[in-house]
Amino acid sequence: MSEEVKKMIIDYVKKEYLEEDSTMEINEDTKIISSGIVDSFSMVSLKMFLEKKFSIKIPDDKATPEAFDSANNIIHLLKEYTTI
Amino acid sequence: MAYSENVKSFYEDEINSIRQAGLFKEERYIKSRQAAHIKVEYPNGAPTKNVLNFCANNYLGLSSHPDVIEAAHKGLEDRGYGLSSVRFICGTQDIHRELENKLSEFLGMEDTLLFPSCMEANAGLFEVMLDKEDAMIADRLVHASIVDGIRLCKAQLYNFKHSDMSHLEEKLQETQDCRMRLIITDGVFSMDGDIAKLDTICELAEKYDAMVMVDDSHATGFIGKLGRGTHEYCGVIDKVDIITTTLGKALGGAAGGCVSGKKEIVEMCRQRARPYLFSNTVPPVVVAAAIKVIDLISKSTDRRDKLEDNTKYFRGKMVQAGLDIKKGDSPIVPVMLYNAKLAQDIARDLYAEGIYVVGFFFPVVPKAQARIRTQISADHEKEHLDKAIEAFTKIGDKYKILGKKKEEIIAMYGM
Repeated sequence: MSEEVKKMIIDYVKKEYLEEDSTMEINEDTKIISSGIVDSFSMVSLKMFLEKKFSIKIPDDKATPEAFDSANNIIHLLKEYTTI
Repeated sequence: MAYSENVKSFYEDEINSIRQAGLFKEERYIKSRQAAHIKVEYPNGAPTKNVLNFCANNYLGLSSHPDVIEAAHKGLEDRGYGLSSVRFICGTQDIHRELENKLSEFLGMEDTLLFPSCMEANAGLFEVMLDKEDAMIADRLVHASIVDGIRLCKAQLYNFKHSDMSHLEEKLQETQDCRMRLIITDGVFSMDGDIAKLDTICELAEKYDAMVMVDDSHATGFIGKLGRGTHEYCGVIDKVDIITTTLGKALGGAAGGCVSGKKEIVEMCRQRARPYLFSNTVPPVVVAAAIKVIDLISKSTDRRDKLEDNTKYFRGKMVQAGLDIKKGDSPIVPVMLYNAKLAQDIARDLYAEGIYVVGFFFPVVPKAQARIRTQISADHEKEHLDKAIEAFTKIGDKYKILGKKKEEIIAMYGM
């Protein structure tokens, strides 16, 4: 299950944040926040996407740049709120 | 003592980490009026150097214009130095209202409210307009002051890829259920100098029943044939609902900003915007000079026309010289260098040549997008522009970047 979720997160990041002609590869360990692909202002879309997809509310103090820094980190965070 | 050694070393460590990250900002002392030619002491204690200024927001060259200075003197004599009050107690003079009316007319809006700065206008606006049932849909490259204003507002935040209209449309579709929606953008983006696609934004706003807000700080006074701003440039002067802008750039450059737009929204700001309610009034001397500025630029477009000519000339010659600049029409002309150290080194060498510019790099701009942002002014004469182009060519040649594309510069210097 978490493999599917990882793929879903990676696909979303590519569609939401990369330009259409981007050739950048993103995998489950790619640092998306600390590498500058997604800035803290834009991170909100990703948080909202996850909240809608899983019908959860991620508290602001848990939605840190570290917690969102890779698909693997996000899976770790989601496990606190879901049964993926 | 509460300020213990532990506390002191905490702050020292933070400051050191800012230095180590290469983000430490130093002030340079200018010993003259703001103008094309300035006298600078840099580094601190060094002999004063005469340089040409290519990094001020003094787009119309009005910061030290004799008529503006005279109006400021007269304002000081007639209405005093300060008012020792917020606006709604005893801090509103007739000239405050006069300036607000002139700004409304100039911008083509229903009403205007002055703020101590545009930063504060942006900090106050959103929480006054919207609540948790509503949505803010912002371009991802909006100015930091808008980001701060958004953080103070309870409305849901959505953002779209920079100037990507189909992504904006997706967000408008996603938010159909919200009570009210506000599209938020800069008019001219301060780091790239590109102009928002306000015509398409307004079309989409109409189609999806959303409002449009524009921060036109880097546009008011000179973008558009009459200098009214991005909404004039894009032919949507009657379709933008709210503009925030500044008196601190083209319009004399002293201080102050405003919210201008639909009268009910402006009135809501007058009643509830906290930075307006709890900040001191804009000083009479600034107000009197700003009235003169609006009169000058309403009467004649000579200065914005000269700025447009200067911009075309500078952009054309810089491209000819082989420098990699971001294309566009605005007087913000970023010279792309991609590498942070290279941007700093070239800015330092240009200063030695008598050209004052500054390098920008992550996190102010995205990674691998380091640049020198040059800004053209109506105060620049052709000889000033030529001197800057010559210096860029000389230093560009030294670093072997002339005629080189992004990939080649990155291959030489890294990202």
